[in-house]
Amino acid sequence: MIVERPQWEDARARLRAGDAALVSLWGEPRLVHMALCEANAVSVLSLPCPDGRFPSIGRVHPPAIRLERAVRDLHRLEPEGLPDTRQWLRHDEPYRFLPAEGESLHQIPVGPVHAGIIEPGHFRFTANGETVVRLEERLGYAHKGTEALMAGAPLELAARLAGRVSGDSTVAYALAFARAVEAASGVEPPPRAVWLRALMAELERLANHCGDIGAVCNDASFVMLHAQFGWLREQVLRAAARCFGHRLMMDCIVPGGVRAELSADGPDVLRVLAALLRSRFPELVEVYDNTESLKDRTVSTGILTPALAAQFAAGGYVGRASGRAFDARRTPGYPPYGELSFDVPVVQAGDVNARVWIRMREVGQSVALIEQLMAALPAGPIRAEAGARAGEGAALVEGFRGDIFVWLRLDTDGRVARCHLRDPSWFQWPLLEAAIEGNIVADFPLCNKSFNCSYSGHDL
Amino acid sequence: MRTLLLKRLVQGPLTEPAPAPDEAALAELAARVDRAARRRLGRSLSIREVDAGSCNGCELEIHALNNILYDLERFGLRFVASPRHADVLLVTGPVTRNMREALSRTYAATPDPKWVVAVGDCARDGGLFAPSAACVGGVSQVVPVDLHIAGCPPTPHALLTGLLALLEICR
Repeated sequence: MIVERPQWEDARARLRAGDAALVSLWGEPRLVHMALCEANAVSVLSLPCPDGRFPSIGRVHPPAIRLERAVRDLHRLEPEGLPDTRQWLRHDEPYRFLPAEGESLHQIPVGPVHAGIIEPGHFRFTANGETVVRLEERLGYAHKGTEALMAGAPLELAARLAGRVSGDSTVAYALAFARAVEAASGVEPPPRAVWLRALMAELERLANHCGDIGAVCNDASFVMLHAQFGWLREQVLRAAARCFGHRLMMDCIVPGGVRAELSADGPDVLRVLAALLRSRFPELVEVYDNTESLKDRTVSTGILTPALAAQFAAGGYVGRASGRAFDARRTPGYPPYGELSFDVPVVQAGDVNARVWIRMREVGQSVALIEQLMAALPAGPIRAEAGARAGEGAALVEGFRGDIFVWLRLDTDGRVARCHLRDPSWFQWPLLEAAIEGNIVADFPLCNKSFNCSYSGHDL
Repeated sequence: MRTLLLKRLVQGPLTEPAPAPDEAALAELAARVDRAARRRLGRSLSIREVDAGSCNGCELEIHALNNILYDLERFGLRFVASPRHADVLLVTGPVTRNMREALSRTYAATPDPKWVVAVGDCARDGGLFAPSAACVGGVSQVVPVDLHIAGCPPTPHALLTGLLALLEICR
């Protein structure tokens, strides 16, 4: 919807008041877009800015600040009144970290090359003894210019790029991109494809949750659970490879449907996997729950308040561990989840333990969803021809980390004119800075892993 | 927890047998690595992983090498926290412009003799991201590469056979 400045500023007031949630903000030459979630529906506002300027949302609504810094970097649009005008995704200028003042403070710079097998990013800690008084993140090291590459790309190439925005969420990204294309071109994927897509999405969620729970235990030096959850994750990936031919299921979802049929032994593989998770997962959860030395590290560590989670509209386990009951599979919802029964677990505590616990609950839900999907998998074709119709489309899809938003505009020749992909990490990274405050430096790995934000997904 | 530990003890190890080293990797390495370096490195290598802007797919599979099924450390290969402790740099990603300096500094901080392994299709030549103005386009644009492991991402099995070739060359 094309809007004028007064409507843009009115939306800003609703964001500030908490009546609307910011879904994303992005630019293109002389045009800025903003997606909002209000009354369980997502709308997109587009404001022409012929003079290259627009009223900053971040001036009154902090979650927009980094998005506006990125718009400044990538599209040379000036958000009027933006409180922080340092570069974000571009690194051409020297960077000035925010000051922290007080007695006996010291700084600890970490990254962009980290000590573990982690993506690149810089953390600047200011600490008083062991206590963190400020953490400032500097991101953008993984900036690959993905959106620029997608502009003008044919659908097939663009879908492959979408699947490589964040490798751990390749299924969710491919799904969000495909759904946005289908919305723009009016194509309806066949029912079997819709169900197979959900099957892949739940497998991806299972693999990542198993990996994350184990990694949090590892950061608390509880290696045995790390080994056991790592083994479960590997079983999920191997099952995915046998069912769909790729461990991470990259490039399996395409606009119009899915690329390949479930393998002949797929149903058996999935039945065995579900039975394995049902028998093995609960005994590991029990060990987690009954190990006081482990709980001592996770309970009351890195608390994110429900107020901040709501203001930043934090998605996924980060939001749901801090009282924000949002799941894109429910709201606005997309098929086939309307026909399936599942719970969306929510707790209020907001600590590392809560984020682990939400994941544990979601593993159970995903196993149940896989069983339901397999029990009623429709027959029929798996791909509809994606038509070459010009138009705009958007999609919101629940990845393992939270809601992924994709907006795009197609040209008449079926190419992508402009595509924007917003990772849930955009609204989770700033909250990590808040959650670590007052904790000890040694608990940062635990807090960081419990958030597990994507660097690549954020940096694009 | 005791019950669980006991059950796992009775069950026996989950670690799988080692695959044979990759022939193509052996050939590539034989052409590059001189005898003196091989002798000095012996059969135990320390690896520093550097993500130079990957999508994190490669990292997931590199992580998997450490799980109990692949158990990389049994071969004398282990991941270390600093390039100053490393013999091998395992580099992923199309090398973004923003990571170029960090990668060359990491290389400079690694003591000689050292090897560079480029992991994944992006690390070879930039892959899908090669045309991007934000990427340099492949690890060899910034530091010399001794071995490529292909795949998007390479499976743990492919990573393992490639890395075992590294050890084989040290014999």
